Amino acid sequence: MRSARTVILWGLIAAIGAGALGRVALSRGESISAAWLLTAAICTYLVGYRFYARFIATKIFVLDDDRATPAVRKSDGHDFVPTNRWVVFGHHFAAIAGPGPLVGPTLAAQFGYLPGALWIIIGVVLGGAVQDFVILCASVRRDGRSLGQMAKDEIGPVAGITALVAVLGIMIVLISVLALVVVNALKASPWGTVTISLTVPIAMFMGVYLRYVRPDKVLEASAMGILMLAGALWAGQWVAANPALAPMFTLTGPTLALLIMAYGFAASVLPVWLLLAPRDYLSAFVKIGVVVALAVGILVVLPPLSMPAVTQFVDGTGPVFSGKVFPFVFITIACGAISGFHSLIASGTTPKLLARETDAKLIGYGAMLTESLVAIMALIAACVLTPGVYFAINAPVAVLGTTAESAALAVQHWGFVLQPGEMDALARSVGESSLLSRTGGAPSLAVGMAHLFDRALGGGGMALWYHFAIMFEALFILTTLDAGTRVGRFMLQDLGGQVWPRFRDVTWQPAVWMASAIFVALWGYFLYQGVTDPLGGINSLWPLFGMANQLLAAVALCVGTTVIIRMGKARHAWATLVPLCWLLVVVLTAGWQKLFSADPRIGFLAHADRFSALHAAGTLPPGVPSLDALPRMVFNDRLDAAVAAFFLVSVLVIVFESVRVWIGVLTGRRPLASTEVPAASVTLFAAD
Amino acid sequence: MDAVRQWITVLRTVIGVPDYDRYVRHMQAHHPGAPVKSSDEFARERLEARYSRPGSRCC
Repeated sequence: MRSARTVILWGLIAAIGAGALGRVALSRGESISAAWLLTAAICTYLVGYRFYARFIATKIFVLDDDRATPAVRKSDGHDFVPTNRWVVFGHHFAAIAGPGPLVGPTLAAQFGYLPGALWIIIGVVLGGAVQDFVILCASVRRDGRSLGQMAKDEIGPVAGITALVAVLGIMIVLISVLALVVVNALKASPWGTVTISLTVPIAMFMGVYLRYVRPDKVLEASAMGILMLAGALWAGQWVAANPALAPMFTLTGPTLALLIMAYGFAASVLPVWLLLAPRDYLSAFVKIGVVVALAVGILVVLPPLSMPAVTQFVDGTGPVFSGKVFPFVFITIACGAISGFHSLIASGTTPKLLARETDAKLIGYGAMLTESLVAIMALIAACVLTPGVYFAINAPVAVLGTTAESAALAVQHWGFVLQPGEMDALARSVGESSLLSRTGGAPSLAVGMAHLFDRALGGGGMALWYHFAIMFEALFILTTLDAGTRVGRFMLQDLGGQVWPRFRDVTWQPAVWMASAIFVALWGYFLYQGVTDPLGGINSLWPLFGMANQLLAAVALCVGTTVIIRMGKARHAWATLVPLCWLLVVVLTAGWQKLFSADPRIGFLAHADRFSALHAAGTLPPGVPSLDALPRMVFNDRLDAAVAAFFLVSVLVIVFESVRVWIGVLTGRRPLASTEVPAASVTLFAAD
Repeated sequence: MDAVRQWITVLRTVIGVPDYDRYVRHMQAHHPGAPVKSSDEFARERLEARYSRPGSRCC
């Protein structure tokens, strides 16, 4: 009786999901409600969780609650602590969810909502959530070992080193592109600049409070911090309205880029209790709060999607970033569908907290589904804007020109509706001087979110909600940036320590300062390059970031496949092999096109050639301030090409090494030696 | 009141604040007699550890 009811229930969920997905995919020429997209996503997630995650748990890893997890086995009260699974879920989600799932889908909306939505929904169920889950299980069975260590143990030293260097390269590109998003959001915006700047002293106040006034009262300090954030929002508005103060905080891109570099450097050398930790607490609360608010806002308003299902830009001529829908939608949206970075978290703190093996399903697979839902919500928020407004915000100056008229003309030329006065009115309503060419995704997402919140709460607060959304996105990004810079500094010190042992000493200030400066200079260079790029920088940097992230995912899936084969489960290895093959097709195609496409808007080398030809002819391309700037841009293009080539070679090395191991194991030339820690019953360990 | 305290612990753990009481309980139960870090020492050491490894933060 019970099983019959289960069959009916799941049959119903599957049918509703399939129906909604069909409605989303097949509607043409009429705008559909966001409810369809949400329903399709949630039903697919439920079915994936109930059936596919369970398959991986019971058939591949055979998760066993009697088998002691590292937290039980090595319980030490601080690193290895058996923890309630919902707490671990929250912790893991707060660690994996960053600005990635917000920005990627917003940019990919240039293809229409359908390509992005399908990739997010299908990609997560068959790819991203599988990756997170498999790596978490593998790490749990290996005392919580990290991805780099597992790559070395399972595949070999070459793969281990490649993974390590790749992680460093990814961090550099990640930080620079995220910093670029913040710069573009704050450019010429005194309100935003003041609000974001104030978050730094607020965090420091919390840090001092937590250290000297009321030690360890984290929730109390966070509550005060959140109140002060509201004050910062108000202060920003006040400054922006003040004719004497506003110009002082109206900053250009290059100035903001330098300020952000200084901030990253400070975060890396200052003690963590002063800046990093309090910022993280604040950011975690704001993050969870806004995600919930966004969900509520979308559910209350259930907005129609103004963006068409598919735009003409699938042919590769899009203004937000160039390249056809294949492979570029799969590169642009990494977080939310499949994100390699998660494998570092799933093999970091999380495996050391799991109380029972079976909890891995909720935490590994489930948390990633939740992030995917965030990506769907970001896509919805971007698609509630009319296409005209969306493209006017997200297309670079080189395409739109600098006036409302030229922008309206360009947008109309693409076949979308935009009145010259529309953007001015919108900018005024959100308290900005202009919203034209505010590339990077953050401003358009903020407009979309402000629109939703404003409608959900009855109107009148667009400006406040817009700046609230900008503050939230920047807070998010800066916490990734500062923690990332610090981690990068440690990795550099570790690397440098191979040649000069003293460099590794993290208490020796000269090494700390030097490594921090080098790491900031590395990402700062790319940031500055992006800020001064007439095409907006996102066009060249975001694909690099997407490729890097997918490269890391490929590493994780190689490790996962090797682990599965070595468990003697080769017949189930398709679970990781299928997403791996797909990623390889995507990354290799995208990388090839970014390198060798003859279209200068896509290929780095073709762009370099075109600009050097223009330089030789003495012609100034649109958006470039002077002829002298051209040689530097040519150099930057070639540098970006080298970075893309490096990522491609890294992928190939790791895949090659992995395939060698697989063939060896499958043909019996290599022993089927398991690297798992031998199973031990939980009953052997005393409860904590 | 217990429920409130429980929620406070949940919130703190979710944002990654280590549980000092739990550490003390662990030390008493498993390593009686061994030196126990003060809450200040414990918090400082946990913070340093948290921000020194990749994988504490994502994109």
